[in-house]
Amino acid sequence: MSENLTLPAPQGTTGTSAENLLEVKGLTKHFPIYGGFPIRRKVGAVQAVDGVDLTVGVAESVGLVGESGCGKSTTGRLITRLLEPTAGTITYAGQDITHASRRQLAPVRSEIQMIFQDPYSSLNPRQTVGSIIKSPMEVNGIEPEGGREKKVRELLELVGLNPEHYNRFPHEFSGGQRQRIGVARALALNPKLIVADEPVSALDVSIQAQVVNLLKEVQKELGIAFLFIAHDLAVVRHFSQRVAVMYLGKVVEVGDRESIYNGPRHPYTHALLSAVPEVSAEEDAGRERIRLSGDVPSPIHPPSGCRFRTRCWKAQDKCATEEPPLVQLSGNRDGHLTACHFPEDPTTQRDEDVVLDPALRSLEESASED
Amino acid sequence: MTTLTKTEDAPAPTGPESFLSVRDLKVQFSTEDGIVKAVDGLSFDVERGKTLGIVGESGSGKSVTNLTILGLHNPRSSTVDGEIVLDGKELVTATERELEQLRGNKMAMIFQDPLTALSPFYTVGRQLSEPYMKHRGASKKEARDRAIQMLEKVGIPQPKVRFDDYPHQFSGGMRQRAMIAMALMCDPDLLIADEPTTALDVTVQAQILDLLKDLQQEFGSAIIFITHDLGVISHMADDLLVMYAGRAVERGSVREVLHDPRHPYTWGLLSSMPRLDSDIDQQLTPIPGSPPSLLNPPSGCPFHPRCAFRDEVPGTLCTDVRPPLGEGRSTACHLTPEQKQTIFIDKIQPRLR
Repeated sequence: MSENLTLPAPQGTTGTSAENLLEVKGLTKHFPIYGGFPIRRKVGAVQAVDGVDLTVGVAESVGLVGESGCGKSTTGRLITRLLEPTAGTITYAGQDITHASRRQLAPVRSEIQMIFQDPYSSLNPRQTVGSIIKSPMEVNGIEPEGGREKKVRELLELVGLNPEHYNRFPHEFSGGQRQRIGVARALALNPKLIVADEPVSALDVSIQAQVVNLLKEVQKELGIAFLFIAHDLAVVRHFSQRVAVMYLGKVVEVGDRESIYNGPRHPYTHALLSAVPEVSAEEDAGRERIRLSGDVPSPIHPPSGCRFRTRCWKAQDKCATEEPPLVQLSGNRDGHLTACHFPEDPTTQRDEDVVLDPALRSLEESASED
Repeated sequence: MTTLTKTEDAPAPTGPESFLSVRDLKVQFSTEDGIVKAVDGLSFDVERGKTLGIVGESGSGKSVTNLTILGLHNPRSSTVDGEIVLDGKELVTATERELEQLRGNKMAMIFQDPLTALSPFYTVGRQLSEPYMKHRGASKKEARDRAIQMLEKVGIPQPKVRFDDYPHQFSGGMRQRAMIAMALMCDPDLLIADEPTTALDVTVQAQILDLLKDLQQEFGSAIIFITHDLGVISHMADDLLVMYAGRAVERGSVREVLHDPRHPYTWGLLSSMPRLDSDIDQQLTPIPGSPPSLLNPPSGCPFHPRCAFRDEVPGTLCTDVRPPLGEGRSTACHLTPEQKQTIFIDKIQPRLR
């Protein structure tokens, strides 16, 4: 396989940007577990994020996908410095903010904003919409032209809410409208980077599209870079120019949208894509069918070597001993990096089903015998 | 409900093939703010061995319908009108004791969140055995054997050991498998799955969906599958019912409803959904506004405040008259069939490409 590997190229930035706004290298977060009696000591660690490399260009939208517990939300919180990284570096606009103090962070904080998943718990029920959106400006001592209130009204209009609703409380709004308030709050400080942590997964389908369209518009018109964290691959495809796939605290594949969705190389990306339930025009015309077995292993004791090997149909001895590096495989586009010893063909078609689930396999075998 | 389309062989309401038949079901809750019409005049049939999918957004009444079928609604705060006939047995007027004999035996339910649906206090094995011992009069030993057999069938490794585990020792996907095993213990004729995979990850969801499908083939149960995800339903169901504001707005086979939809709400749902093969540059087309409050639903057609094609209907038909939903393949909409055909081909289909 060695001829297949080329040197790890710097992650290319497709599309608009030439420079990196955010650069993350070897980002690691281990949450300690304490136990024991009578003296409580550290007995282990949840390796939530374990060596993530990621770049976000200026005005670029990067999607971060993965299943629950793979560390994508933790990554988002590390980047916004809501959590303290265990190791690795976070560079924002050339400035190392990995362990920056509160004082050092203050100017950066206003440029990195966050949109949260649950619009019901991320808005203070005792504050009016006006004061919720106004408070980031107050905290940072920003006095926009024409006063804060005027700016808030502009923001409300921008996100498609009635500016008259300035004095209403969050409970008077529906879920989709609340998420719009969250977007307006994130935009209040003219940020350069927004970390959106599952911004639409708590919303109904018909409302989801409204918010996705709004975010897309905001990204395009204001030129804000997005780190879009989601588990819904179809939504991410719609929103992001570049996509990183995470599994158990590691990025297993990253690349431009086209490469990830139409020519994935990592078996896990194949499995993820094939598992998305789709209303297809034809009866599943040629889409591969991969059914993994079991669940994601615990991040307390992740598998050695490649973390996906316990659920992978191509796993061999090498996968257990050697951790595959995130490199550009031959035949891949620039910036399309894969961490796999035995990559798949770059297609989403497959002649034979891969069914690893023992119960499914035995049921299907007995059904085909009849 | 009158049948307008076919006059000669109008299906009898409780024909031999329709195993569960719901007629003009109305469920109302009285709350402090007024009466909530959670389900308002719903009719459908489920055939033996077939899957009926019910899709709708949150608050459209899909879960309430199915809790009512099982008799799990709170009788003190709700009133139920209409008819639910399961295999010749009327359920709305049935006593609690009669329902108890049916639940877990003839009909069973798979809940959305297995962690709250399973009791943390008892072992998984005990919770699985209980309905079998109660309904079949089996001994503890027989029930244990049956439970282990079922756990193995749904793909839980080392079922003999896992039998004595508590739910918290199971992972999310395994808990949902245990729920399915529990529902299938007494070989029910009707299985109600209420968003069974919404709490799961996609790869696990794909496993569970395929498992349910294969098990249905083996056990031959009828399934009512409730979800908000049109992608999931297109894999699972034979027939489909689209619900909006407590009413059914479109009915037909999965193919018909998803590939040749005829109701503006279904159009809206389909075109607001991002897909893996859709054009990226094309904007999603959301449905404007938000779902109505069921405290005072809109007059006439409940969808008219959000409907983009209201102007095509002459007069005030949409705001005044509630469109009926016929039997078989039909939609509750005032647009004429020709109008729907042209609108779908001209305006909707290009968006779905």
